[in-house]
Amino acid sequence: MASAPSKLYADDVSLVVVLLDTNPFFWSSSSLSFSQFLSHVLAFLNAILTLNQLNQVVVIATGYNSCDYVFDSSSDLNRSFENGRMPVMCSSLLQKLEEFLITDEQLSKEEPEGKIKPSLFSGSLSMALCYIQRVFRSGALHPHPRILCLQGSVDGPEQYVAIMNAIFSAQRSSVPIDSCYIGSQNSAFLQQASYITGGVHHKPQNLDGLFQYLMTIFATDLHSRSFIHLPKPVGVDFRASCFCHKNTIDMGYICSVCLSIFCKHHKKCSTCGSVFGQAQSEAASASDKKRKTPET
Amino acid sequence: MNNGAGRRINGAAEEDDDEDDVNGDLDAWERTYTDERSWESLQEDESGMLRPIDNQALYHSQYRRRLRSLSSTAARIQKGLIRYLYIVIDLSRAASEMDFRPSRIAVIAKHVETFIREFFYQNPLSQVGIVTIKDGVAHCLTDIGGSPESHINALMKKLECSGDSSLQNALDLVDGYLNQIPSYGHREVLILYSALSTCDPGDIMDTIQKCRKSKIRCSVIGLAAEMFICKHLCQETGGTYSVALDESHFKELILEHAPPPPAIAEFAVANLIKMGFPQRAAEGSISICSCHKEAKVGAGYTCPRCKAHACELPTECCVCGLTLVSSPHLARSYHHLFPIAPFDEVTSSHLNNPNCKLQRNCFGCQQSLLDPGNKPGPAVVCPKCKRYFCLDCDIYIHESLHNCPGCDSLRHS
Repeated sequence: MASAPSKLYADDVSLVVVLLDTNPFFWSSSSLSFSQFLSHVLAFLNAILTLNQLNQVVVIATGYNSCDYVFDSSSDLNRSFENGRMPVMCSSLLQKLEEFLITDEQLSKEEPEGKIKPSLFSGSLSMALCYIQRVFRSGALHPHPRILCLQGSVDGPEQYVAIMNAIFSAQRSSVPIDSCYIGSQNSAFLQQASYITGGVHHKPQNLDGLFQYLMTIFATDLHSRSFIHLPKPVGVDFRASCFCHKNTIDMGYICSVCLSIFCKHHKKCSTCGSVFGQAQSEAASASDKKRKTPET
Repeated sequence: MNNGAGRRINGAAEEDDDEDDVNGDLDAWERTYTDERSWESLQEDESGMLRPIDNQALYHSQYRRRLRSLSSTAARIQKGLIRYLYIVIDLSRAASEMDFRPSRIAVIAKHVETFIREFFYQNPLSQVGIVTIKDGVAHCLTDIGGSPESHINALMKKLECSGDSSLQNALDLVDGYLNQIPSYGHREVLILYSALSTCDPGDIMDTIQKCRKSKIRCSVIGLAAEMFICKHLCQETGGTYSVALDESHFKELILEHAPPPPAIAEFAVANLIKMGFPQRAAEGSISICSCHKEAKVGAGYTCPRCKAHACELPTECCVCGLTLVSSPHLARSYHHLFPIAPFDEVTSSHLNNPNCKLQRNCFGCQQSLLDPGNKPGPAVVCPKCKRYFCLDCDIYIHESLHNCPGCDSLRHS
């Protein structure tokens, strides 16, 4: 899909909503430490604010048990400068982030070992979209919003429907979702999100230089993206997974009632319980009804 | 001059035709008030103070009424997701009437275009066909198919109106076509009727019974006045009948048919449909595209069964007939299967309860929920996660996002 058309963006004023992954299960096993990561990100956020005096930054923390706003550059508390040096931003962001992490940890319950531990990405993405809608409502002159996801946790398959809903809503409102994956494997959700909405997806090879990746790829405003070579989407896999085995398939059977995907022909849909080949009001045998054979 | 103009403003300002005459006699400063009489949008509250009409609260209460009427029955109603819809457009003499500006048919064409795009956006696996009624005869303008551009282009070329309208001929034609579609599809007809009569060759009641037996759901949107035969048709087949009052109402009515209607279980046989999920063709590969019959480089998809090249999805492979879709197309319909519960209004008794901890900001957009006077303003609450949301987020969440941010931000054990 082509990137978001730049002719819509006559200005380079941007609003960047950053979704920060704070999942403790991911950070405990990551090669980059969380404090180093934060120093890269804070420098990047500062740089965005200096690119244009009207730029705005909002940070939402994606935790393991909850999500919350930790920073909004347009709120009154954050606009003043301390002694002309670094703005108040750093201290208030770090303080709110620490409070969030403490609250998030307190919400933890006992979980069985061995399960994958995804963060609540769909929650923070939905909150970001609600905030962006508020910006759209604020009048004709507003910064052009985009979402930047800094994720390292694995994808949680239970969030698939919610994330796809959020992606389609972002596509409808022309909000690109950029994503920078800092984990070890690959995130299909982030690739699809960036591809469908016209954003940029990148997985940095060397995490020590994260600040450079962020500045050269993700700091570009939407208007300038047509003049700059950004990483192109490579091999986005849109094949579906079957509901029975979770294998990726390229040809399958779809239940006409609930659109569940199966790799083999079944007699009954496991999701909605419809019996195939018969009208749904009849339960077991209906020999007088003509059986429609599925297309081969 | 002012008094005369004032009298004329009161009587004639409503009609667009006379506006030019009226405005010609007014001073420039008076012209700004002919369209917008801001003093009329004031209301008196209980203590006799004037305040402007709260449009936002009105809009939100309209929205909540509509939501309540739509979800009045059980929350999980099965919807017909694979739809085969015929749009029947009446091109009789009555469609060239000018009570809708510039003419009824121009308004219809414009909104049908919007409807077709919205329909394919919400129902990517469905197909549409267009039938026109002109001079008492029904013609099939476009065959049933899945490409919005071909329907819209065909429609925009043929908008001349003449002759009578015949409801029975249209229904017979549509019935014939819809009997050929697969049994798992839901058959629907949307009739946009401008005429006030129908000239039929036979007994229309028989045709209506035939449609009912073929399980076709017929809906009608009238542009003139309510007609018994349309109402009877819709009641017999389980569709909806509405009459448009003006252009914006017509747009609202036609877009109500874009989301899938509640399915009647016996109407469509459940079936497994074989579909392919093609991958993008490798960059730089050259192949002959089967829809345009010319060589294309790179872009496009390869059918997994016969390896033919297709340009866009969703489509049917030209060579082997396999339906080709991508997983986002299926995912677009999942929100119909997993709808979120409507939010409840926060009652004033709840707000005034001092024991209840008040949430100051909307959970979604962080907008303050307090009035300028620091009193709690209108808000809604999610019945599951108990988070508060502002009215605008409520509308956005239910109409576009289909996710509750509060529920998604809490881990369920």
